[in-house]
Amino acid sequence: MRITLKVWRQDGPTAPGSFETYDVPGVSPDMSFLEMLDVVNDRLTLDGKRPIVFEHDCREGICGSCGMMINGVPHGPERGTATCQLHMRKFHDGDQIVVEPWRSAAFPVIRDVAVDRSAFDRIIEAGGYISTPTGAAPDANLTLIPKPVADAAMDAAACIGCGACVAACPNSAAQLFTSAKLAHLNLLPQGQAERWARTEAMVETMEEFFGSCTNHGECREACPKEISLDFIAMMNRDYVKSKRKNRKLLSQIR
Amino acid sequence: MSETGFLDGKVPTGPIHERWTSHKFNMKLVNPANKRRYEIIVVGTGLAGAAAAASLGELGYNVKVFTFHDSPRRAHSIAAQGGINAAKNYKNDGDSVYRLFYDTVKGGDFRAREGNVHRLAEVSVDIIDQCAGQGVPFAREYSGLLDNRSFGGAQVSRTFYARGQTGQQLLLGAYQALARQIRAGSCTLYNRTEMLDLVVKDGAARGIVVRDLLTGEVSSHSAHAVVVASGGYSNVFYLSTNALGSNTTATWRAHKRGALFANPCYTQIHPTCIPASDDFQSKLTLMSESLRNDGRIWVPKKPDDTRSPDQIPEADRDYYLERRYPAFGNLVPRDVASRNAKTQVDEGRGVGPIKNGVYLDFSDAINRVGPKVIKERYDNLFEMYERITDEDPYKVPMRIYPAVHYTMGGLWVDYNLMSNIPGLYVIGEANFSDHGANRLGASALMQGLADGYFVLPYTIGDYLAGMLGEKPLDPADPAFKQSEAEIADQVNRLLAMRGKHTVDQLYRKMGVDVMWTKCGMGRNATGLTEAISDIRAIREEFWSDLNIADQSQTMNQSLEKAMRVADFMDLAELMCTDALHREESCGGHFREEYQTPDGEALRNDDQFAYVGAWEWTGESGQQKLHKEELAFENVKLAQRSYK
Repeated sequence: MRITLKVWRQDGPTAPGSFETYDVPGVSPDMSFLEMLDVVNDRLTLDGKRPIVFEHDCREGICGSCGMMINGVPHGPERGTATCQLHMRKFHDGDQIVVEPWRSAAFPVIRDVAVDRSAFDRIIEAGGYISTPTGAAPDANLTLIPKPVADAAMDAAACIGCGACVAACPNSAAQLFTSAKLAHLNLLPQGQAERWARTEAMVETMEEFFGSCTNHGECREACPKEISLDFIAMMNRDYVKSKRKNRKLLSQIR
Repeated sequence: MSETGFLDGKVPTGPIHERWTSHKFNMKLVNPANKRRYEIIVVGTGLAGAAAAASLGELGYNVKVFTFHDSPRRAHSIAAQGGINAAKNYKNDGDSVYRLFYDTVKGGDFRAREGNVHRLAEVSVDIIDQCAGQGVPFAREYSGLLDNRSFGGAQVSRTFYARGQTGQQLLLGAYQALARQIRAGSCTLYNRTEMLDLVVKDGAARGIVVRDLLTGEVSSHSAHAVVVASGGYSNVFYLSTNALGSNTTATWRAHKRGALFANPCYTQIHPTCIPASDDFQSKLTLMSESLRNDGRIWVPKKPDDTRSPDQIPEADRDYYLERRYPAFGNLVPRDVASRNAKTQVDEGRGVGPIKNGVYLDFSDAINRVGPKVIKERYDNLFEMYERITDEDPYKVPMRIYPAVHYTMGGLWVDYNLMSNIPGLYVIGEANFSDHGANRLGASALMQGLADGYFVLPYTIGDYLAGMLGEKPLDPADPAFKQSEAEIADQVNRLLAMRGKHTVDQLYRKMGVDVMWTKCGMGRNATGLTEAISDIRAIREEFWSDLNIADQSQTMNQSLEKAMRVADFMDLAELMCTDALHREESCGGHFREEYQTPDGEALRNDDQFAYVGAWEWTGESGQQKLHKEELAFENVKLAQRSYK
């Protein structure tokens, strides 16, 4: 395959950026998208040009490091797939492929298509945990968790923190990311004690960095783990309940 | 070092099941009010590092945590699929702490320390409680109780799992515990910051020198103790199942400052990975070993059988593991499964376009329990497989082949997880301690979390208690400044070459052409000797003819990689040296000269029942060997048999 790659190049966070076009012959359909970029980078290096900076690590769709807009879609055309798991067989000979960084004020560009997603860490630090100091937990089978509950918590916990949801959102909202962690913890019996405080803290921290949700649902379409929009509804319900009755202070369960 | 000339692992004496308990009691404690007077550096935020940092922060120490990733959650522990072992005996199938201990010592081919392994088995049960308490969504029965499965060569069901994403969920649990401590102020996170040196002064570890990956700035951090939790070195082979960023730099540079590197030749080859497809391949993807519970491994009996798998009748198939090992069948330990696959492929019975795999077939299991159950168990793995190969494993058997996956070797530590440098602790895959020559499936997560949650937080206090009132070394001390200058020199030298080869070209040549070929699944004296001279030649090329086109000091991925590869090149030579000196086969180290008539690994306990720990003496290839004798008082030395 021969493709044309149009890539966003930006030297640093404050430098101006622009698109560069590269002719890429000799692409195998069995290459992953990132392996295709590796090949481009090796060729650029041998030509004495600066290789394209992009983040990646596990290359099996679980670490959440990679991610770029591919033809305007986060992680590219294949549903439920992170960039590293996308293969060139999903494209055609002669295609032009446009590659850009995540576009969101909360994710400033570092260089080329690498962005800073540390706002996600701030949301988790605000309350995305169950406070169980090491050694303090009771026997694991003491807390029974119905299978459907454990399964739903796992569905939410599958989030890899890549940021595609934010990149896809016209408002740069982080509702899907935040609600996935809230649902994971708030669904479980262990998570009840801190449920209301957690919900308020995480939602309010999220709002310091990200835009508001207007229910477009683009996040769900872009999510490589296909996290459900239902979790956003659960988060909104918990937030309202917590605020209305000030349950945070009462530590009530219902 | 003890008077006998052997390294002293400082394992407590007494009955094996009482050692850890009495050792915990005998260790010195740090008063709760004094803990805040101590600074501890933790390098790495995988299972071991994040668990340790969070636990130490909870205790009240001041912890500085370093990761080269953008977030602690990206550490490669996240990619572990199958599960985590614990001797809970929830299944009433005869499991016990002693049995997990026994299986681990035997599975490690009698090259691990009994004392460490027993402690690991003891704390395994606490790990499950801890993680369930944190909200790790382990798989459940309909009753609401935890589910277990049998895994990788175990004859009891002791493996806890969260779909095929156990590592992810355990890491997120540890990451969240760490996030809580970051919020509380007891832990300070330095992300996108890579450790490039260990500073040792007056015989003890005093701090580290790091490089900010965004600005290129090199700076020093001092502390009362340094904990290295930077993972393993499988990427020395270029192609492995490790994440592309996983590297040996932190451990290797500590080695160059005096930390002994133990058993570097013990590398684990995982039997179930997707075979490589071509030269552009950047990594190998693992398919969880749990697949072997339901999949049957076979190859066509005839070499060069070109029929599609569904056209090959039963009579023309060789289910070689079931045939050779009737008791364990497809569940033999990893090293045995891997070597057998290699034999099949070497003898021309490989399958797939370039005949480099064997079949892992689910059709019997699908007929037995139905596609719905199989989907429930393995759906994400099947999906991943299809995405990579464009083949549907519900219809066509998977093709698998072994790939490097884990390294049992690592920095030498004593029972307290302290290296031979006082104040330098090494935990998780970065140390050598618990798996001997071969790791059992679902034991890596167990060891990382055991070290981080339940061992280090106790043992580090014993060392720190003696330092009360001491201030950490001033980061402006000449020892730090000299190291900073050396790092700046290395960066400048790499950037200035402007030679002909990219980092990846030389890295691939060293990893695939030399290491995988000559120091991989099968090794022999001739190959290893050649490998050492090959590596030296490539290293020469690397340091004279490398091309890093990006000359900037800001985010520069070619430069980062070049520094990591430089360390891999040194380590590669040591691995070959170690493999050459160990004239026996054990676990993941298979010397072709030493095998039984039917091709099984042949140990030499009289001469090699020791840990081989190498000391850096100033130049690659000149390391000095130290030995730690291994005593087997509980598990009798025996030839492993899985027949």
